[in-house]
Amino acid sequence: MTSLSSAHTHDDDGGHGTFKGYLTGFILSVILTAIPFWLVMGDVLDSKLFAAVLILLLAAVQVVVHMIYFLHMNTRAEGGWSMTALIFTLILVAIMLCGSFWVMYHLNTNMMPQMSPEMVKTLP
Amino acid sequence: MSDATLDAYRADQFYLTEEHHPEGSTMLGFWIYLMSDCLIFAVLFATYGVLGHNYAAGPTPADLFDLPMVAVNTAMLLFSSITYGFAMLEMDRNRKNAMLAWLVVTGLFGLTFLGLELYEFHHLINEGAGPDRSAFLSAFFTLVGTHGLHVTFGCIWLVTLMVQVSVKGLIPENRRRLLCLSMFWHFLDVVWIGVFSLVYLLGVLG
Repeated sequence: MTSLSSAHTHDDDGGHGTFKGYLTGFILSVILTAIPFWLVMGDVLDSKLFAAVLILLLAAVQVVVHMIYFLHMNTRAEGGWSMTALIFTLILVAIMLCGSFWVMYHLNTNMMPQMSPEMVKTLP
Repeated sequence: MSDATLDAYRADQFYLTEEHHPEGSTMLGFWIYLMSDCLIFAVLFATYGVLGHNYAAGPTPADLFDLPMVAVNTAMLLFSSITYGFAMLEMDRNRKNAMLAWLVVTGLFGLTFLGLELYEFHHLINEGAGPDRSAFLSAFFTLVGTHGLHVTFGCIWLVTLMVQVSVKGLIPENRRRLLCLSMFWHFLDVVWIGVFSLVYLLGVLG
């Protein structure tokens, strides 16, 4: 009885993950980790920008894979409140990251003198 | 009117179906804690993103980072994630000893991760690339160090729970604690995805 109820409260679609689910998540994660490491260590792509975008994209996909297969996120867990909290957090994170980069990029380009590493070395 | 009635009906359903309310709210509360932790890491990522190119004429990521070791570290965390998952599956089957064995394996992977990370930090500081060298390195040590600190506390928590389970067995309280640690552990692996992608791989890429 107690084990049933604890499983139930954790995840509304019964139980928390299956062997197949964990294995699927693991295999996907290995692939999604191996590709970006291969891209950088093998120096595969000529365009650094394309490689960077690809790495970020693969990281985002892997985060989703972890959320689904390891953290068992779904829209029904805890009556939807887990997902609500997650979305709220993601919005805050997006505002903060974009805001920081936006403001600091303009601060750097507008206010920093153009100094090369050699010039910095000779600073008092 | 009809909306209010519907809400009241839903509220009734919630309390009727979720009799063990305290346990249910523990998991949600712990998830909220993880989200607040997520904000801490987001702030540190933002700091690293802003300061990550301020080398102060010091070493750059390409000079410092040893990608094969980072790959091994990543593998350690990933393995520990799936072994923790296996431990949870054994808990569902009420097999205490098998679960404890998987938890030991998880803990060993976690400790290997920490050992490699401490070795890396030690190596960097010995090379004169400590957190005092440049804004990039300050941000790097803060971000990766905070993650490492979380893993450290996760390991302490893991050992504590292993002792509790071996003494008191798989009681509902211990199951709940193990599920919380499960979320914590998998969450740390999610943060590490950000660390190895943004800090190490993009750093070496330049």
